[in-house]
Amino acid sequence: MITKRIIPCLDVKDGKVVKGINFVGLREVGDPASLAKQYYEQGADELVFLDITATHEHRETMVHIVEKVAEQVFMPFTVGGGIRTPEEIRAVLRAGADKVSLNSAAVRDPDLIARSASLFGSQCIVLAVDGRMRPEKDGWNVVINGGRIDTGLDAIEWIREGVKKGAGEILLTSMDADGTKNGFDLPFLKAVRKEVHVPVIASGGCGSLEHFAEVFEQDAADAALAASLFHYGELTVGDVKKYLREKGIPVRL
Amino acid sequence: MIGIIDYGMGNLRSVENALKAIGRECVISDDPAVLHDCDKLILPGVGAFNDCMKNVTDRKLDVFMKEEVSAGKPLLGICLGMQMLYEYSEENGISKGLGFLKGRVTKMITDLPVPEIGWNELEWNHECPLRSLLSEHPYVYYVHSYCAADYDDADLAAYSMYGDIRVCGLVVRGNVMGTQFHPEKSAQDGLKILTYFAEVF
Repeated sequence: MITKRIIPCLDVKDGKVVKGINFVGLREVGDPASLAKQYYEQGADELVFLDITATHEHRETMVHIVEKVAEQVFMPFTVGGGIRTPEEIRAVLRAGADKVSLNSAAVRDPDLIARSASLFGSQCIVLAVDGRMRPEKDGWNVVINGGRIDTGLDAIEWIREGVKKGAGEILLTSMDADGTKNGFDLPFLKAVRKEVHVPVIASGGCGSLEHFAEVFEQDAADAALAASLFHYGELTVGDVKKYLREKGIPVRL
Repeated sequence: MIGIIDYGMGNLRSVENALKAIGRECVISDDPAVLHDCDKLILPGVGAFNDCMKNVTDRKLDVFMKEEVSAGKPLLGICLGMQMLYEYSEENGISKGLGFLKGRVTKMITDLPVPEIGWNELEWNHECPLRSLLSEHPYVYYVHSYCAADYDDADLAAYSMYGDIRVCGLVVRGNVMGTQFHPEKSAQDGLKILTYFAEVF
């Protein structure tokens, strides 16, 4: 049986892993390759690296990080953050990444999804969507630039279009839940899941073991992503998986 | 020396990294002369079946592999490389494969998400020397939308269930081996499968 995946997320800035609360108040927490190895040994199913560096020189740094990680961990990992062109995708895939996630760049240029999927295959194109509930509470809008810009696009429609263009997986971050530790945004996840047939990764809001169990018990996601919870040692990946297995949720242990 | 067949597709670096981690020397090449000197060959693959087969045939690597396999050289196909071992695929119309294994490659029809992305348990179909080398419940990492069908049951060493679909996970026929999953991304059990191919197969 396919298992539910637990994915630690590492935000990388200037070559170091950082994690902010609601994307502000960044704080350095460690070296990407050694953290990756630590998670690999804990039994993480995948890793996501989000490059939150803006400058070109540091993009090259990211490629070197990917190379270093790929030599040490034998599990899949995704690289995202600021990727704009098929050439940049090729560079991180060649360095050893398995997938790339596209976010703002895909919103600005939706054909980037189609071009990349046809060049590298849908399996390595993850559409990352940050969504926030509209003031009218009648749905969610896509926000970009770390939540600073509301695009006015309906998140569900955008995801449907992204999958049509070739995205093989959705990484859904709820900006309403992110940083709250009150649990994943189940209504948002379920609304997405109803619309698309590709795997959905839940992100934002996880604060406890129960939150992981809840998102899977309610069949709201195929995988769950968390960052600070793992980085600050509140929980290990092993703790989460043991708990999920006790709850009867299929996991790789 | 293990030859990783480079036909311009796929993440060859990961396979190379995994072989290095198990202490095996390897060379990435599209040159039949270089690959001919290798003891074993690995055919990786990512992308669409027809694109991959076209790149292989454009480089005449199909003819090369057929010669090497009939001369007894061990060949391991990974993911799309495994699918290419079959007679044909239905991805983007019918495309001919290498035909080392009987069967075709077809789209997975299920209520579960497609592609299948994630770790699935390998279940044994036949006794296989690998069984005693792996964990009691080995999990391996799959990323695919298509899988083998109408295959010879004798070739199927281990499978994984995806909904109702019995996904051909690990196939072995003579000196040809294939994995639909990615052993190079399947942690310790994956590395053990590569070790088996490198040292025993």
